[in-house]
Amino acid sequence: MKSEGSVIFEKISIEDATQLQPIVSVKGLTRVFGQDPEKALALHRSGRSKQEIYEETGSTLALNNVSFEVMPGETFVLMGLSGSGKSTLLRCINRLIDPTEGEILIDGEDIVGMSQEELRATRRRKLGMIFQSFALLPHRTVLDNIAFGLEIQGIPADERHRKAEEVLQMVGLGGYGASMPGELSGGMKQRVGLARALTSDPDILLMDEAFSALDPLIRRDMQDELLDLQQRLGKTIIFVTHDLDEALKLGDRIALMKDGAVVQIGTPEEILTNPENAYVEKFVADVDLTRVLSASDVMRRPEPVAQCTAGPRVALHLMEEHDIQGIFVVTRQRLLRGRVTLDDAVEAVKKGKQMTDILITDIPVVAPDASLGDIISLIVESPYPVAVADDTGRLRGVISRGAILAALARKGEDTHAAS
Amino acid sequence: MQLPKLPVGEAVEALVDWIEEYFGWLLDGISEGLRFLVGGFQDLLLIIPALVLILLSSVLVWLVTRRDTRLAVLTALGLLLVWNLGLWDLAMLTLALVIVSTVLALAISIPVGIAAAGSDPLNAALRPVLDLMQTMPSFVYLIPAVIFFGLGSVPGIIATVVFAMPPALRLTNLGIRQVPTELIEVADAFGTTPRQKLLKVQIPVALPTIMAGVNQCIMLALSMTVIASMIGAGGLGYRVLVGIQRVDIGMGFEAGLAIVIIAIILDRITQNLVPQHENR
Repeated sequence: MKSEGSVIFEKISIEDATQLQPIVSVKGLTRVFGQDPEKALALHRSGRSKQEIYEETGSTLALNNVSFEVMPGETFVLMGLSGSGKSTLLRCINRLIDPTEGEILIDGEDIVGMSQEELRATRRRKLGMIFQSFALLPHRTVLDNIAFGLEIQGIPADERHRKAEEVLQMVGLGGYGASMPGELSGGMKQRVGLARALTSDPDILLMDEAFSALDPLIRRDMQDELLDLQQRLGKTIIFVTHDLDEALKLGDRIALMKDGAVVQIGTPEEILTNPENAYVEKFVADVDLTRVLSASDVMRRPEPVAQCTAGPRVALHLMEEHDIQGIFVVTRQRLLRGRVTLDDAVEAVKKGKQMTDILITDIPVVAPDASLGDIISLIVESPYPVAVADDTGRLRGVISRGAILAALARKGEDTHAAS
Repeated sequence: MQLPKLPVGEAVEALVDWIEEYFGWLLDGISEGLRFLVGGFQDLLLIIPALVLILLSSVLVWLVTRRDTRLAVLTALGLLLVWNLGLWDLAMLTLALVIVSTVLALAISIPVGIAAAGSDPLNAALRPVLDLMQTMPSFVYLIPAVIFFGLGSVPGIIATVVFAMPPALRLTNLGIRQVPTELIEVADAFGTTPRQKLLKVQIPVALPTIMAGVNQCIMLALSMTVIASMIGAGGLGYRVLVGIQRVDIGMGFEAGLAIVIIAIILDRITQNLVPQHENR
């Protein structure tokens, strides 16, 4: 999950991952569609634009010197409008389309120079693909669709069906194995498409506008499930979309494409707050910041905190020292126990009560990846700041009303100043 | 002054002589093989008592049409009528001719259609040949058929194969070419060999279209039976021909009706052989 790496005081992000080898590395990739690619390339090298090349040769420069690297376990989004070359780029990675120039390394092996035999082996073992139109085989049952990859690899029927059944359960379609694709809804079809790609356990999933044909609600569910699957399985995902919200939600990094070239590569934050040029800026202008920013982006360090073994007197002392109205109570392992207010602490000290007597356990808690939109509605209803805890229950941060307003104001200004 | 007539006829005769001399063994072989096949098939169909075969046919229709009882009953009634009219033996000969011709036509047209779908030059080269085969009046290929194979059922089969082949070839070609691009991409993306792609994706997805071609092939083969009977192919077609020659309306109509009954039954069976899947 993307926010795991961006917890405020344990920043693990792409920088640490750079010691790893990139799993996909694209260098100087160019693709020309048309009769005379050599001539088009020559014109391109002499600095002509895509439009000029088209007028002169009738060839289209679909990809223009594209380079990027994708790290293992990363979700890398290729985003752009239709005709920007994103789907062509994706298809070059498994060579459904042959590049005109450039190299693509998968686990360090150049797929462009591979023989048919090596290419097949790489496609079978390392690359799974998911299509916008689902592309299920209409004459096969759901189970046989999912088992397709294994069947191609020559795995015996009972073994591949057992594996397919497992994956079918995993995508939430247990019991639909005997159905025909024509009987399923769009969302279910794409689950089958996802399952089909996962069954041969590839390292890399290539997703081509995978959710674009689904209606918005189902689309959001699928996005959530993909994030969930990604966290469990740790696949590397290269995801093509024209939808910025989707890109921001799913991507660890986003490559924004225009006219076959990459305009900017960066984390969703970087793309939003530091658009490299007017094109990127225009693209991101309409983004709703409350949906982009997550709890981990706006939370502050939860300090001070009171240990639950300490008494009310210690808590009172901490609050007075920091001039605050309440304090979070945690265990030694920083597991969140609750909250104590200043008034309760004063009374407890007077009457000699224990910490547990005055502990308020019914407090709002959110996960680090909760969106700002969700937090705002919580914080409006609650008299206390919102605690941010990860799924083990450890206190990660705290969000006050002021912090949210400050974050929104800051981002708003940045975006404004840039335009 | 009169121009001397060009020796076209003589040239053709010389060509035929030459073919007979050098390829006579091949023609004889084909001839023997086909005669054996048709004879064997007809014997097989006639060994089974008519009533048993009628029952089997109607059960087959019932199974293939996914329990369409009405159609199964009509099949039985239709075949009983053929039997009652005393046309059973002739009908079985016609059926044997149709089956052998169709199998031969499909054995050529489906593989060639698949090859044409994968190769634009082959497709371009085939198109005029197919046009010729479909538009040339069918009587015309009776002549070379008779020249090389004499009279009887064999030249009838050859002419029928030529006549019935084009739609099956064209529809196979079309069906494979119309397999959606994404499904081809699925096959490639999952690492299929060309053979796996053909057998597991292209042919199954194109199968409804290919079966439409098979259906047309059978119908054309049946419609050729009357014409083929002019060179001695026999069967119900010959009966129709005799009816025409004797201006015996009753006789011609009975035999014609029997052909129609067989045609409808074969049509329903082949149309339902492959379940239709909703695409996407």
